[in-house]
Formats: sequence, C-alpha cells, structure tokens
Amino acid sequence: MTATPAETTVHGEAWDGFKGGLWRDAIDVRDFVQQNYTPYEGDDSFLAGATERTTQVWQKLLSMFPAENERGIHDVDVKTPSRIDAFRPGYIDAGRDLIVGLQTDAPLKRAIMPNGGWRMVEGALNAYGYEADPEVKEVYTHLRKTHNEGVFDAYTPEIRACRSSGIITGLPDAYGRGRIIGDYRRVALYGVDRLIAAKEADKELLGQEWATEDIIRAREETSEQIKALGELKAMAMSYGYDISAPAATGREAVQWLYFAYLAAVKEQNGAAMSIGRIDNFLDVYLQRDIESGRITEAEAQEFIDDFVIKLRIVRFLRTPEYNELYSGDPTWVTWSMAGIGEDGRPLVSRTTFRALQTLYNLGPAPEPNLTVFWSRELPRGFKDFAAKVAIDTSAIQFESDDLMRPKYGDDTAIACCVSAMAVGKQMQFFGARVNVAKALLYAINGGRDEKTGKRVVEGFEPIEGDYLDYDTVAERYDAMLGWLGKTYVHALNVIHYMHDKYAYERVEMALHDREILRTMACGIAGLSVAADSLSAIKHAKVKVIRDETGLAVDYEIEGDYPAYGNNDERADFIARRIVSDFMGKIRQHPTYRNAVHTQSVLTITSNVVYGKKTGNTPDGRRAGEPFAPGANPMNGRDEHGYIASALSVAKLDYDDAEDGISLTNTITPDALGRTPGERIQNLSGVLDGFMASDGFHMNVNVLDKATLQDAMEHPENYPQLTIRVSGYAVNFIRLTRDQQLDVINRTFHGSL
Amino acid sequence: MTSLLETATPAAAVTRRPVTGSIHSWDLSTGVDGPGTRFVTFLSGCPLTCLYCHNPDTWRMRDGKRTTADDVIAEAAKYTRFISAAGGGATVSGGEPLLQPVFTGEVLHRLKHELGLHTALDTSGFLGVRATDALLRDVDLVLLDIKSWDRETYKKVTGRPLRPTLDFARRLADLGKDVWVRFVLVPGLTDDPENIEGVARFVASLGNVSRVDVLPFHKLGEAKWDALGKDFTLRGTPSPTPGQVAAAKEIFAAQGLTAV
Repeated sequence: MTATPAETTVHGEAWDGFKGGLWRDAIDVRDFVQQNYTPYEGDDSFLAGATERTTQVWQKLLSMFPAENERGIHDVDVKTPSRIDAFRPGYIDAGRDLIVGLQTDAPLKRAIMPNGGWRMVEGALNAYGYEADPEVKEVYTHLRKTHNEGVFDAYTPEIRACRSSGIITGLPDAYGRGRIIGDYRRVALYGVDRLIAAKEADKELLGQEWATEDIIRAREETSEQIKALGELKAMAMSYGYDISAPAATGREAVQWLYFAYLAAVKEQNGAAMSIGRIDNFLDVYLQRDIESGRITEAEAQEFIDDFVIKLRIVRFLRTPEYNELYSGDPTWVTWSMAGIGEDGRPLVSRTTFRALQTLYNLGPAPEPNLTVFWSRELPRGFKDFAAKVAIDTSAIQFESDDLMRPKYGDDTAIACCVSAMAVGKQMQFFGARVNVAKALLYAINGGRDEKTGKRVVEGFEPIEGDYLDYDTVAERYDAMLGWLGKTYVHALNVIHYMHDKYAYERVEMALHDREILRTMACGIAGLSVAADSLSAIKHAKVKVIRDETGLAVDYEIEGDYPAYGNNDERADFIARRIVSDFMGKIRQHPTYRNAVHTQSVLTITSNVVYGKKTGNTPDGRRAGEPFAPGANPMNGRDEHGYIASALSVAKLDYDDAEDGISLTNTITPDALGRTPGERIQNLSGVLDGFMASDGFHMNVNVLDKATLQDAMEHPENYPQLTIRVSGYAVNFIRLTRDQQLDVINRTFHGSL
Repeated sequence: MTSLLETATPAAAVTRRPVTGSIHSWDLSTGVDGPGTRFVTFLSGCPLTCLYCHNPDTWRMRDGKRTTADDVIAEAAKYTRFISAAGGGATVSGGEPLLQPVFTGEVLHRLKHELGLHTALDTSGFLGVRATDALLRDVDLVLLDIKSWDRETYKKVTGRPLRPTLDFARRLADLGKDVWVRFVLVPGLTDDPENIEGVARFVASLGNVSRVDVLPFHKLGEAKWDALGKDFTLRGTPSPTPGQVAAAKEIFAAQGLTAV
C-alpha cells in the first residue's frame, strides 16, 4: 500500500516530526516504535507524583471497593447483552476523568456477555442475587446459539467424564477463552478509517481465492472485523471523540488506544484480556508533547495514572465456580514492558517508568498485571527501579527476555501470565490444563478414579503388587499420558472451533494481521506432585494400600527420596521428562486451524482446586491438599532456599513449554539484605542469576508472614495489599479463605 | 603424578586422600552471609555456647554429616553460573568452621581457585589461631563476630574468653584482610552503651573493617533449643526496638564506621 497525497495531508499534523517510512506504507507499529522511541537509561528521579485530581478520582473508587468485595459485584445490567456500542457513555467523575470510557454506563457496573454461554450468565446473576431478564434469556436459549451450547453438542462422553472427574479442569468451554491481544496501538497510530481500508483490501484478496471452508470463514471473519471497527468508531463518538483519524497528541494517543482496548472488554469476557506492549509507543507521543512544551512531566504522568485507573476497574461477570479456579476477580490486563530490542537498544522509555510509578501514585494493585521482560543488559537505572517496585509492592512479575526474544522477536507481549506472543501477528487458543498428578494415579489404578472408583478411561489394567516398581509405573504412566494428551487436544479442537463460530473476538482480531500464527496452548498442573511421586517410587520404596475393590487409595513411603526443588538432578530430571514427554504426546494430534502445539506449566490459583480433586499421592501428599502453584516445588520440600528451588524450575526446558513456566517466590525482606539499597541490588542480582540459568518467570513477593496473617484478621486495614500468585497478582483480601491459607502456608523464604 | 601435584590442593597434597568434614547443611542465601547471593556451607561443631544462638543444632560435630570436600565443591559448582551473574560468592559458616581448619581450608581453597568464587569465612574468631596464613589467603572477606567488649559479658554470653577473638581481629588487620564485624544486640545483655562503644572503639582502631552489622536479637531459634532439650534462657528477653538498634548503630557510626 502506498500513501496517497490525501492521506499524507490527513496524517500530516498527527505524524508531524515522526521518522521512518515503512510504517507509513503498511500497518507496522513495531517499525514506528523502533524508528521513533527514545530509550531512557537514567534513573527514577524525573518521575512525578499523583496530582490532586488523580487522587480524588482514585479515592472515589477506593470507597466503592469494600462494598463490591462484600457483595461480590457492585452492580450489573441484566437487560443489555454487551456489544462495543451497547451502552451510553459512563464516567467515574465526568468533570475529572482525563481519559474517558467505561465498559458500561457506570463504574464497576458489570455487563452480561452471553455469546460465551447462557448458563454462565444466569448462574452468575443468581449467585449475586439478580434475576435474568426473561427476554434476554429467550434470545440466548432459543434464538441465538452460544459457544457453550456448541461445545457440548460436539463433546464426546469421554471428554465429559474427564471434565467431571477433574483430570481436565478449567476448559474455556463455558466462558470466553481470552488470551488474545489486539494491537490496540494501531488505532492511535493510524486511526480507524485506515484500518478499515486495510481490512477491506484483505477482503478483496480473499475474494480472489476459491471458496473453501477456510476461505469462507476468513471472509466472514474479516467482515465481522470491519463491522467491529465501525462500532468502535461509534462508541468513541458517543464520548465525543472522532477516532477515524490518527491521534495527534499524547493524551489522544492514550485515549485512542484505550478506546480500542475498551471495545475488546465491552464485548469479550475473556479469561485474560491483556493490553500488550504499549509504553514505548505512547512515549513517542508524550515525548513529542513534552519537547514541544505542550505538556509537563506531571501531566504525562497524570495521563498514564488516569489510564491505569481505568485498567484497574475492568470487570467481568463470572460464577463463583470460576472464581474458585481463578481467584480474586482477575482480568489479566497484562502490560508487557522492557527487554532489549533486536538492535541492542533497551526497550525502556520514560513511560516504562511512568507505568511502574502508578503503583506508588495510586498504591499497589493487581491490575494491570505489570510484566517486566528482564535481561541482564537492561540499564542499571531501570533494573534498580523495577527491583525497588517489586520489593515495595509485590505487584510486578519478571520474565526472561533472553528466552523470548529469539522465538518471538522484540515486539512481544504476554497474554495472561506467561504466554508470549508477537503483538498483532500471533494469537493463542487457550487450553487451561490437565492434572498430571491425577494421571499418575489413573496409571496406577488402570483408569479408575481414585476418589469415586468410577472408570474414566477404558482399556487400561491396574498395576498389581504391594510395592510400586519404577519401570512399570513409568511405562504405564507414559501410556496414560498418551491417552490424556489425545483426549485433551480433542476437547480443545472442539472448544476453539465453537468459540470462533459463536463468540468470535471481532475487534481484537481486527487489530491483527490477516495472516497470523495460532498456538494451541495446552497446560499441565501438578508437576511437582507427579515428579516427587515418581522420585519416591524410584529412590525409596512405596507400598500401595488398596480398598476392598482393589482401588489404590493410599501409599506408604519407606525411606527418603530426593524431591524436586533442591537443584538435585535425581528428582529434577523426572520433572523435566514429564514436561517433555507430555509435550510429545500433545504434538501427536492435529489441531484446529493447524495451530502450533504448546504447553504451559502454570496453575493460576487452581492449584487449590486441583488438590481438592486429587486423592492421596505416592509422594506422601494427603488427599485434598493443595498442589504447589505452577511449576513450583511442593511446599516445604525445597530445603536449600528459594534459589536452589528456582534452579530446579529453571531446568524445565522452555522449548517444551513455550506457553510459559511459572514460578512464585515469597521472600521476607530480611532475606534480601539489611538495607533498602542492598535489597534492590540483591533482588536485581537474583533476577540476573535466574535468567542466566535459563529461568523463565519469577513472581516475587517481598512480605512478612505476619502481615498476611494480620490481613486475614483485619482486612479493612489492608484494602490494597497485593500479592503475586501463579502468574498474576491479587488483592489479598479478595482471595477465598482456603487460598489465603495456601499462600500463608506456602514456603516463606526467610533468613534465620 | 606430576599433574596431580600441580592440581592438588593443600590438604589433599599432604594426605593424598579425600578430605572430609562434618557438615550441618548447605544453603543459598542472599544478603545475610556476606555480600550478594552466596553458597553457604554450615559446618557442625562449635566451642561456644552462645545464649542467643539460633542454630544450637550445629553445636556438636558428631551430629553433622560426614562429607568430602569434593561433595561440597560439586554442590557449589551447580551455582557458579547463577552467582557469577547475580553477584555474591561462597561462605563457610557454622557452627565454627575453624573447629575443622583442614577441611575449611580445603573447601575455601577450592571455592576460590577451582570455582573462582569470592570467599567469606564466618567465624567467632575464638579459634582464629587455627587459621593458617595459607587458609586466610583463600579468604576474601572475614565475617567476624565480636559478641561483647566487656569480658564478663562475653564469658556469660559465649561461655568462653574474649581475648582470642581480639587477637585474631588484630592479626586480620595486620594482614590487611577485609572484615565485616557483626554484633548481636540483646536487650539487657549486650546493649550497655559502654559495652557497645568498647567494641566500636576497638573495631575503629583496626582500620580494615569495612562494615559493622548490628543484628537485632530474635527468638526464631527457640524451637530448636526446645527440640534439643536445652534451656533457652533468653525466652523472656524482647527483641530490641528499632530505636535501640538505631542507637547502637549510631555508636559505631560515631567512630567513623559504616554500621548497617
């Protein structure tokens, strides 16, 4: 596409002073950022605090949170199935909002999004004391089919059995799959009209192809994308903004980008609605305004603060069962930042700092899920500030830029917790996870469920004899993982076929290229339990205790065994093998839309639920006890400190888990050093060391146990206490009691 | 044989058999056993019986696990990549590492020369006379506990005399060895301002002490005393307040020392 003179005129003022050419001719935000951003290598001394206006707006919301937390939700509109332009404009404080736009017509009021499934909507409404609107119910139960209904039309009895036994849990078959990141920057850089024109050109190209099922679907999807872009423009217009043309100022760039994101969260109740990599893009505009004297640092910070306030109040209507899996009302507005560019310049600008500064100006909060791509090569000033923020707020996470950049390039963002993707060029089919610890019990019991005794899997024999033999167990486990991988990919193919069909992410996909890479993001839970169980069987003697029906229900361990989490190869190699073996099983099965198979080792907070659904295990864990979160070693079995534990996790091969490997560490302040400066240096060093050892992800909490215990007793004193759990952060007082206890009982790494 | 002699470390060269020691445990720690992240080997056995000891389970050598220097080095070697990126090194601690000077010397030598790590020796100095000059050449930093200036208090706290520690401190000064002094602040026991000032004046006179750690007494080791059936006499003693800790640091600072 070449720029016509007319376009040049339209863009003239908006693009004034911007360098480079590629991005002018084609949709290419990365090129724009690379040509125009100003890397910042200094420290945090330039940052501005919160303005009085910012504080007033935030205080208004803070006063609304306790009641929302108590009731579960603040309010919901039961009559209006959400669309991009379904609601009239809403404001937190119409006189004070700098960046405008809400999901509905009032702050914290939730919307119903029934395309994912009616039962989820009705169940959630009832749980919070609301009645479904009869007319809306009629539409979504008789007239308009939902994703959930489609999936269950195509599930097999075997998949249903796996769902109810809990060996596969959390599948996005009744809720939005999420984990798709629209390139929201495109709206600010190009304006919506230019994006519509590009999509029209795509459609024209598709029109030249023969009408196979793939092509027909692509044409329909492109048409939907174009309609969604039109609705996006109308929605922005209702707030008084014409976003058909590019943003011309820093404030407009933030506003345009936010409108695009807002359109996505108005229409999709996705499990994770991440915002991408946006700080350096916005910095180009803010920097231009600062240099021209149009705004001050305080104003630049204020735009970011106000934008972040909006991101903090994204809300979805979800059922209590969903909240049990993903506790604390997370939305995963994951904001990816930093790392090193392909040309060696740090991907850090002043706006990267401003984003972190929001945790001071507004106080800690779990959203947006601020995610730092860590590299040893990052400038000292940024490393120190990021480490300081982590120590002060426990609200940010770190992921290895060195592992991601070679695979995805330098315009990469995280969806949800640890799932990397090239922005606008890649999406994933989110697949929740299977329970590999329970699969081991199925291998021992020949496919019968250890809790119910019911046969879930056909064609397997139970292992006999009083003592478990490692080679026998390993062979049966391999076969059981093969069955599980097959059933799992089968289920995911059904889910994503139906999601595309009935709950297509129109506006998010409108902000992607025509040709994209799709991944089929499988996942596992219970890794440390399975690895330790196999280590016990191999290195100690494990006696089986069976009930009267011959079902193995308990185990006695004679002797000691090396546990995963001590940087001990005898156990670590078992964990590594489970991950690589299961990846191999998954890869054997063709995927919907030829998605590339990947997997994560991540549980979010579902480690508690998975534990509840799993009987006694051969590692000595009792039935019902929580699993360790993500790829973490089991609580208390890591005996040599969090670094030895982290290095066991770092041995898991990222090539076998390209959807991410999650590690959460909770460290007491004393265990990082004696002075604030020392703690900053040491945490920064620990992150350098972990990434140098091929570690992928680290959640860092710097907290005393007593603080959490006190917060359980006196939640009113800790409205903003934030803690990182597997892959995200939560407001501690919003966790269920079980989950609070799990966090408190989890190994605290302190110093004596 | 030539190559063996060239690569052999001091103790192995003399004994020609594996050097072993009694070890309580090993751990990775950050910011508490010397600078940065460190591989810390805790040796078993200590001639002191400090009233506030938080590791009384390291007192008896026979309670430790017999371990070869090879094993310690093999374990530490797993962390050299991490430590070289993170900054830090290795610390030999205890117990009292100088109760096993041959083993300690062997381990320090190999940590420093085979693995290229910054080395620290964490000691009370009571057995400083057992540290050969060769051993100290393999130590980059000594973490020296001076538990009291007042002789009677020192005896009361540790069960042993103070003099050997002071002699060792002076020897380290003569050698120009980098030292961090540690002083545990126990209300009602070591917190007499004159006592603190005595330590501070002495330390300031040495000229080689780059930092003083004022460590607030805590009772996290109490359960270990109970488990060992030993009487923890400081059960009723409170931890110092932040104000008391700050005042103690001030006394060190007044002598021109860096106290943290």
